[in-house]
Parts: sequence; structure tokens; C-alpha cells
Amino acid sequence: MATLLERAKSADALVIGGGPAGLAAATRLKRLGLAGVIVADRELEAGGVPRHCGHPPFGMREFGRVMTGPKYARRLVKVAKRAGVEFALGHSVVAIERGERLVAVCATSDGPVRISAKRIIIATGVRETPRSARLVTGDRPLGILNTGALQAYAYLKHLAPFRRPVIAGTELVALSSLLTCRKIGAQPVAMIEERERPTTRRPFMALPRLLGVPVRYGTTIADIKGRQRVEAVTLARADGTSEDVECDGVLFTGRFRPEASLARAAGLEIDTGTGGPTIDQFGRTSDARIFAAGNVLHPVETAGWSWQEGVRVADFVGADLFGWLPSAENAIRIIAGDGVRYVVPQRFVPSEGGLPHIQLRASDDISGALVARSGSEKVHTQTMRTGPERRILAPRNALRSANADVTFSFDGIQASKPQGGA
Amino acid sequence: MPVADVAIVGAGAVGCAMARRFTLEGAKVVLLERGTDLLSGASKANSAILHTGFDAPPGSIELACMQAGYAEYLEIRDSFNLPLLETGAMVVAWSEAEKDALDHIEAQAHENGVSDVRRLTVAEIRKREPHLSPRALGALLVPGEHVIDPWSPFLAYLLQAQAHGAEIVFGAEVLGGSFDGDAWTLRTSKGDWRARTVINCAGLYGDRLDEKLLGATSFQIKPRKGQFVVFDKAAASLLTTIVLPVPTARTKGVVLTRTAFGNLLVGPTAEEQEDRDRATVESSTLRELIAKAVEMLPGLSRVDVTATYAGLRPATEDKHYRISTHAGRNWITVGGIRSTGMTASLGIAQHVYKLYEEMGRSHAPVMPPIAPRMPNLAEHAARDWQSPGYGEIVCHCEMVTLREIQNALAGPLPPGDYGGLRRRTRCGMGRCQGFYCNARVAELTAGQFQSPLAAGDAA
Repeated sequence: MATLLERAKSADALVIGGGPAGLAAATRLKRLGLAGVIVADRELEAGGVPRHCGHPPFGMREFGRVMTGPKYARRLVKVAKRAGVEFALGHSVVAIERGERLVAVCATSDGPVRISAKRIIIATGVRETPRSARLVTGDRPLGILNTGALQAYAYLKHLAPFRRPVIAGTELVALSSLLTCRKIGAQPVAMIEERERPTTRRPFMALPRLLGVPVRYGTTIADIKGRQRVEAVTLARADGTSEDVECDGVLFTGRFRPEASLARAAGLEIDTGTGGPTIDQFGRTSDARIFAAGNVLHPVETAGWSWQEGVRVADFVGADLFGWLPSAENAIRIIAGDGVRYVVPQRFVPSEGGLPHIQLRASDDISGALVARSGSEKVHTQTMRTGPERRILAPRNALRSANADVTFSFDGIQASKPQGGA
Repeated sequence: MPVADVAIVGAGAVGCAMARRFTLEGAKVVLLERGTDLLSGASKANSAILHTGFDAPPGSIELACMQAGYAEYLEIRDSFNLPLLETGAMVVAWSEAEKDALDHIEAQAHENGVSDVRRLTVAEIRKREPHLSPRALGALLVPGEHVIDPWSPFLAYLLQAQAHGAEIVFGAEVLGGSFDGDAWTLRTSKGDWRARTVINCAGLYGDRLDEKLLGATSFQIKPRKGQFVVFDKAAASLLTTIVLPVPTARTKGVVLTRTAFGNLLVGPTAEEQEDRDRATVESSTLRELIAKAVEMLPGLSRVDVTATYAGLRPATEDKHYRISTHAGRNWITVGGIRSTGMTASLGIAQHVYKLYEEMGRSHAPVMPPIAPRMPNLAEHAARDWQSPGYGEIVCHCEMVTLREIQNALAGPLPPGDYGGLRRRTRCGMGRCQGFYCNARVAELTAGQFQSPLAAGDAA
């Protein structure tokens, strides 16, 4: 795709994605003394998803105070700029060439740009699973969307995609969608959850009660009806009964998926558990010159968590450029076993340092012992009561004595039936 | 009231090709479509395969129209900048009984003049499609089966017809009408229209239109629903050749194919139903389709679903096309055009023009025809984002630019609804299904559609 208009840039480190993880990493890299640090973002404004989360709480971990998403995003950008980070906005990275040099091929409105870099950090974030991939029955009219789109309507465009939606899901993001609905003057007619209990922590469920939104557990969407715009949904309960509810929209919340198509297209190893690139404890993907940080690694964590991970991975990139990181070779694998949906990192290089935790998610409501086994040897045990979408951390040091692949699994699981569908 | 030579009812694949053919032949055409955009009915949902006709009924009008349509598409596509993904197809036998059926299919293909069809050994199948399940027992290669963009050609045909004076009216449902011995007056939801001859291309409502205006119909539409699943672009590397099943008497069966846009598609199902408008996707059926696709191409188990859709094919009580003339009433019915209609449309238009001439009509062809250049949406050719000055990428999944959306909205046949914009640009058609771009598109299209994306302003 080389043309006369093609321009070239080079950097010590290129960060792809200007959300909390990417901005934190870039800022840190500058503070570590790297000369050329570029953040490429496909949007015309950096800041990532918080730009359109017009509600608190953001910023506690980073700035020691509570702020709204847009304010937080602006603050992250300002801090990065002050640190000397260069921004390449409106740059859509369409390919990463992994020859002797790393080159990110970008599309811009001014023509293609090639950015070569010694190291790349992929921080492309997450999105929610759309209706289509949930295989929900029904018509396909207007008014069916994800929370991300709703937030963009509300906070970026001051528009309302619907007035009386049904909200599917009870992850934390579903609760934030209630606030967004309130902001645009929409009154959800119901919030439904396929499971018999909320996915988020129960105390948070006071919010729908407060806002007069009925919550129905053990309920799925059996049909969506509407010619032009959503007119009604059929709600089906676990006991086999169903009912039609009039509404003008359906909001599918949560079930986050990493935005990993670039990593995949670049030929990096993708984890089927997370849907994102695999890393070792230093954030290195299957190409040790390419790192990853933030929610592209783990659906889904808070902005604050992603920010902190960005800082840490930047430290490893810096160390790597100084030649201080151990070789990425001879890593053992960390594997998600029974009852575990995913583990991050997926590789462990026997050495000191690295991300302090192994991050895990349970595949269901579980109470029991989380056990790490290396061969037949138990290297770590922690008992817990947890559910899907809850942060589970195991200390990295648990792996210190492992010299073969480690599998994390729940022993003595008491799980309810596995979940699928809406 | 001015009298057009021809009123075409229905802007589906057949109606669009018909409007182009009659306009190029010199007829003054009015095209009446009840939907808010072209391809609003049966034609919007198909597998986008350009068929050779290798398995069509020998000697049938359908076969003749498919082969004429196929040839004309190849002849004109460059002038319109329309894509062709030269994939070839394999009719794959998954059982001994199916393997036995391949001989008959091969003989029929040769009888139909598709002489390059040949058998593949298991080793050849493997070499050609290493990711295909090793359970394939044999296959017939049909090199001429290709994949096209299923929407842009029909817009191109309408733009060409419009450029040569055809009138295209959306939102015009035919409510009634009368024939005075010389011309028809069609009463529609967009006023009355007069034309010497009417061509019924009303698809799923073809029989009803005949009934309403001729007082009788010679066929009955029996809507046949087809559901499809579109896999993420990551799947495209798993398959080159279209995988066709050994067909049954009723349907061509479930196909696994790449799309021109870089995805992989599985479908359609074949489900009889009464309703002529509602084409729902159904969870359990979609799961079955996915299972079927994974069975054929095991690597798909690790690939996300991008989209699901469903459409209705205007099948009738028998499988043949139902094309008939009513000379005394200046009426031509083009009914029962099912799955092969997209391929055959240009051929059907040629065929129907001949029937029209046989009714004693003729015109002086327009010279030279103007061919509007279509924006390319296919993944294997240059897209708009690869040229500077595009403004911004609005839809990141499909790399749809602001310039493309603005051009579509400002064009001579702007989309009448969100679906029309999606088909013209691909915005919102990708893996995130509008997570990122939906609000921006709502903003860009404000005031353009009868059914706007936004329900209103934020309160």
C-alpha cells in the first residue's frame, strides 16, 4: 500500500490505543526517560471509553479523587501531554508488520503513515457482545444496542436511542446504564438477568429499586418484536412461563470481549478464555517485542485497574529496552482448568518480578478452593466464594516453585448450571 | 397525467435489473417500491453467490436466465466497479449416499453446459481446503461459482436507470388500479401512476398483486425463511472455496461461503411459513447452523459470530420460475423467483424484455449507456479509507469513512433507512455491530430517515 503520500515516523515505543491503560503506559514510559513515545488512537480525541461514561466514579486510584469519565479522560490526556507523549490521533492501525523492525501501518485521512518502533504496547480495550453474537431470537429493528453505544448517544451526541428499553444483564455496566438512561430521560421497563441472582454485588442492586426499574431474575429474552423499531419483547422465565412487555429498545449490557482483531491479524497468539492476546508476567505477547495492557487482556476490569496495569507494563517495556528483562523463552504455561474461565498471564517465565498477580475469573457462582497444580504438586490453594465477573487474584509468588505448566482449577465446586443464551 | 411505457412494481433484485434493462432499451420506466429503500424484501438476505446454473433444472427458463445473468454480470461489472471474488465452489459429499449422488450432479452440470465441473479426490480436497473436516468423502469442483457484493449491483442498476430517465418511487405501495384497454392506472400510497404495461416484480407479494389487479393469480407464494450466521473476518483464512451441500429436491441446502466483505457465512435454512413480512432469527436454529458450520470447518469453533440475519424467499407451490404474460391486459408477471434470483436477475430482465417485444412493443435503445461507478465495498479491492481525504473513520470494524457515508447520503438515490445505509456503506455491519459508530451515524443521518436511529433528543 506504499504511495507517494506515505509518511514514516519512528519511536522507541508505540502505544496502540489511547484509553486509561495506553495513556498510563505512555506517560510512564516518558517518565522513565524514553525519547520517542507515541500513542496512536483511531479516534480524533484520546481518552478511550471513559470519554463517554458521564458518571463517577473514576480517578480514585490515579488522582486521589472521584471524577466523571470525560473529566478523567481529559485529565489522563493532559498528564500524558505534559510528560511529552506524542499523539497520533485519527490513526487507525490496520496492520502490524513483524519483520526485523516492528512497523504499525496506519490509515489516516492524510494518507498512510508507517510508525516503526522498538517496542509496541497493544492497549485496544474491550467492547460488549452485541445482540447478534448472543444469538437472540426475533426481529432486527432499530433500538437494539449495547451500553457503549447508549453512552455515546447520551454523552457525546445528546441523543436518546430509546425511551423505554428493556435492559439485559446485571453486570456493573448494566447499573451504569441505568444512570445513563436517567440522563437522557429514558425509563427502563425492566432489567432482566438470566441467572437467579445478580452478577454484580447484591448491594448495588439497590439502584434499580431506587429508580423504579423492576428486576427479574431467571429471565431471558425469548423474542424481540418490531418492524421499524422495537415494539415489544417476550420475556421467558425458567419455569416455562412467558410474558410480552412493551418497550422501544433492548439494551444488551456487558459480556465484554477484547477488541483484539489487530493482535489476531498480526499473528499473535490469542487466548480462547479471554479472547485477547496471551502474555507472560511481564506483559509480553507471543512476540516478545509486543506488549499488551488493559482490558484487551481481560474482560473486564475497571479503568483504574487498567491504568495501573499500563503503568506496570510500561516499567517492563522500559526494563526490556535497557536489557533487564529475562528472556521470554522457556516459559511455563498457566492454564484455566475446571471452573476457571480465564487466567492472565497465560505464561510464566521462571524469574523474579512481573505483574504481582495472576488474574482469574470463575465460570460460574462457585464456593470452594482455588487450587494451582504444577504436575501433581499443589503449588497454591485459596478458598473463596465467588461468582462470574468478579475479580480473583492469586499472588504471582505462588508460581515461584513451579517448574512445569500450572493449572488453576476449583476443587469441590458447588456451581449452579452453566449459563448460555441471553 | 403522463403515461410511462412501463411500470415495474417492486425494487428487489429482479425489479432493479428490470428497470435497468427496460430503460436501456429505451422505455420510459417508473419503478414503484413499497419499502423505503431498494432490496427491502426478499432480496436483502441471500448468500451472495453468483451461480453457474450447474444444478438448475435442464432446459428450464431458470437455467437460461441464470446463465444469461451470470454472463451479463461478468460483462458489465468492470464498468460499474462491481466486485467478483473468484472462489469456485465444491459440492461436498459427507456420506456414501451423497458421494453416489455426485455422478448425477456432474452429468447434469455437463448437460447444462457447465463443462469445467469435475470430481476432486479426497487428496485434492485436502490440498485445496486444508481446514475442511477430513470427513469429506468426495467433491465436485465448480470453478465458475463466485461470490459478489449482493447489494451494490442492484443500486448500480437503479442508478443507471435513473440516469437515463427512469423514475424511482419509494414508499409507493400499490393499492389498486385499472386498465382502460390502452394503459394502466396504478393507485399507490404515493399517488396515481399511469403506464402502458405493468411488470409485476413484487416478490413475496407477487400473487397478491396479480389477484388485486388481474382478479386472479396462477401461483401462490409460500414464503420460505432462510436464516444465516456471519462469522468474524478471522474465519476467512479458513476457507477459500464455497462449500455447497449435495442438494435435496426442495432446497439448495446450507452453504458455507466467504463473503465479498471478508467474512464467512453459513446458511440458509429453509423453513416454510405463512407470514410474508416477518423474518426472525431463532436462537436454536442459529445454534444448529453454527454446529453445522463447525462440523464442516472445525476451526470455526474458535471464531466469534459477527451477525445473524434472516430473509424470506418467494417460493411457490412448485420450484419453477412463474413468468407469464397477459397480452390483452398489458401485464407481465415475474413470480416465484427464489434463491437463484440474484444471479438470474439480469437474465430474467433480458427474457422479459423479449416477452414484451413479443407483445408488440419496441423502443430505440439509449446510446451510449452511462455506467455509474460504484464505491467498492469488497475486502479484496481498494476501499475508500485507502485514499486520503476521507475525513474520519466512522465505523472502525468495517473501516467505513465519513466521506463514504456523506456520499451515500448525498447521492442521487440516498438510502431511505438505516438498512439502506448499511448496505451502501457497510457501516455497523462489523463485529461490534454499532457499539462504536451507532451514535455517530444517528447524528450524521438526523432528519434523513422516516425511521430515525435516535428516538429523540436527550431529555
